[in-house]
Amino acid sequence: MTLPNDVLLDMYRVMLLARRLDERAWVLHRQGKIAFHISGIGQEAAQVGAAFALRRGHDWVAPYYRDLALMLALGMTPRDFMLSLMGKAGEPTSGARQMPSHWSLRSANVVSHSSPVATQACHASGIGLAIKLSGKDQVVLTTIGEGSTAQGEWYEAVNWAAVHKLPVIFLVENNVYAISVRQDKQMAVASAADKAAGLGLPGASIDGLDPIAMHTAMDQAADRARRGEGPTLLEARVHRLTPHSSDDDDRSYRTREEVEAMKSEDPLRMFHDRLAQRKLLTVAAAEALEAQAKESVENAVQFALEAPYPPAADAAFPVFVEDVRHG
Amino acid sequence: MAEMTLIEALRQAMDEELARDERVFIVGEDVGARGGVFRATLGLFDKYGPDRVIDSPLAELSIIGVGIGAALYGMRPICEIQFADFIHPAFNQIVSEAARLCYRSNGEWTAPMVIRAPYGGGIGGGLYHSQSIEAFYAHVPGLKVVVPSNPHDAKGLLKSAVRDPNPVLFLEPKKGYRLIKGEVAEGEEILVPIGPARVSRPGRDVSLFAYGMMHYYALQAAAAVAAEGIEVEVVDLRTLAPVDRPAILASVRKTGKALIVHEDNLTGGYGAEIAAILAEEAFTDLDAPVRRLAAPDVPGVPFSHPMQDWFMPDPAKIAAALRELAAY
Ligand SMILES: Cc1ncc(C[n+]2csc(CCOP(=O)(O)OP(=O)(O)O)c2C)c(N)n1
Repeated sequence: MTLPNDVLLDMYRVMLLARRLDERAWVLHRQGKIAFHISGIGQEAAQVGAAFALRRGHDWVAPYYRDLALMLALGMTPRDFMLSLMGKAGEPTSGARQMPSHWSLRSANVVSHSSPVATQACHASGIGLAIKLSGKDQVVLTTIGEGSTAQGEWYEAVNWAAVHKLPVIFLVENNVYAISVRQDKQMAVASAADKAAGLGLPGASIDGLDPIAMHTAMDQAADRARRGEGPTLLEARVHRLTPHSSDDDDRSYRTREEVEAMKSEDPLRMFHDRLAQRKLLTVAAAEALEAQAKESVENAVQFALEAPYPPAADAAFPVFVEDVRHG
Repeated sequence: MAEMTLIEALRQAMDEELARDERVFIVGEDVGARGGVFRATLGLFDKYGPDRVIDSPLAELSIIGVGIGAALYGMRPICEIQFADFIHPAFNQIVSEAARLCYRSNGEWTAPMVIRAPYGGGIGGGLYHSQSIEAFYAHVPGLKVVVPSNPHDAKGLLKSAVRDPNPVLFLEPKKGYRLIKGEVAEGEEILVPIGPARVSRPGRDVSLFAYGMMHYYALQAAAAVAAEGIEVEVVDLRTLAPVDRPAILASVRKTGKALIVHEDNLTGGYGAEIAAILAEEAFTDLDAPVRRLAAPDVPGVPFSHPMQDWFMPDPAKIAAALRELAAY
């Protein structure tokens, strides 16, 4: 492990926080306190490994909806997330206009995304083009599910970045399922990274359950981008340990045995054990982090439950920049 | 003053904006050395180089999507769609992304960009090089839709569009590129504001609302019926979204009669919106039913000339509609 111990512990802290927040969201949904949740459970290691390889606040990110852990690593707070889950005033991603998990965080160069999948890939290439034109040393990371790489928008985006040698990292978080449709009905190749060959950029498939492997691969891709050598396509092999969303029942398309087998490879637990084995994480430290995470989640839930809704009249603006009424 | 064509005025506008602001760049198919298939960007590649005038892959949605990303970063892209007919693959990026960014992020993010697209028929382009697409996009809040009808406005509106902090769809009447000539002031900055319509010919009998190529024909038709004593007020809408309601209502309150002309199909076309505004807000000022003159509801402009002429509104058809309306 070449990463300093405090960085490794911080990675674990963010993964744990994302997990506890995400679990709490499911409970809130069952209690009827929120209308919708889309989960990142099982994908935290890939996201945190990727985020920690960025120069956060300097580089740019065009994420997708499962990236809760990525967003926490980039500076989003549990309160921000809970406010957005409940559609409350002050919710920073969209002023409670978008559904939850449609991220945006201007202070961290995280651009707003929408619901049609794969649109953000083109924006990443455009950001990459702008970075190249302005001669800065930034890179841009864009994430996506493997099913969504079937979209033409995604191919056009990768093609652009490859043709113009843009500093973009295309990260596919491959959890094998697009709602209920398995990878083999989405693509005829074994790995999403195999698509790189036909588009003219390097591709690699990484164990996305291992945050350190992810970090290393991202680090190399970012170096390559900063050297002006162009984009990289990374696939992180991850598990989706939950149904697609709170509206989905995954029992109709996958067995419980299959999900249980995945759970035996829980990236959070595996990272915990690895840090503990290496004596980086003591029992006391792990408990303290656990308590911290729980406390900040509960604080966020209480804060959001008590927070007011935005006034209905706020729905009228801002359609154009002329209508922007803050900042 | 210099007389120039519509397309020369557009080129001048882009030249001046590229020179004024380093963040401005042009991206599209064949816009580089070739200067665009209509030559709108002719000479700009030589003057500003491949980083400011960028030949894109043949992939429209990414011309817009990449433009959005660059705009998010702080650039000011001018995205050229070679023919408006081929903008449809980019519908998702324009409607779901560019137009909604400001609203969906509560103003945190916006896409200041221009999408230029040559549109309209009358050039023998058949079904897929002639389309009028304005109604699809004028429907979408968050997107400005502009259609110039003369060189002065074309230059001034395009320069305003480049400086607008919102996404602007700039539709260029391609039949008028070289046909429509006019004076453009030299040595001074021309900025025509996006929004206001313009009364291009005052009159008291009938209001005639048009834009782009149809405005050019509207003036001809108004001149023809003037000889018969019908005084037509011609209003060039110039901006379709957001539309200039006060200007429309003021004209109809004066004349009491309204004809709307466009070369897009009739059903659900832009004229329906103007007619609805008049029905809702000027009902008691009207002396005749609102009349629309538009292309028939067939899937496209046919290639063969007699059929194309059947499809397109022209000065004679507009004059006939004006006579009917004046006599009502
Ligand atoms: C263009 C579009 N079509 C359909 C949907 C509905 N939808 C949302 S997520 C999803 C599955 C995406 O799967 P994948 O890309 O593998 O990502 P995952 O959810 O597994 O992380 C679908 C079909 C959508 N959001 N956008």
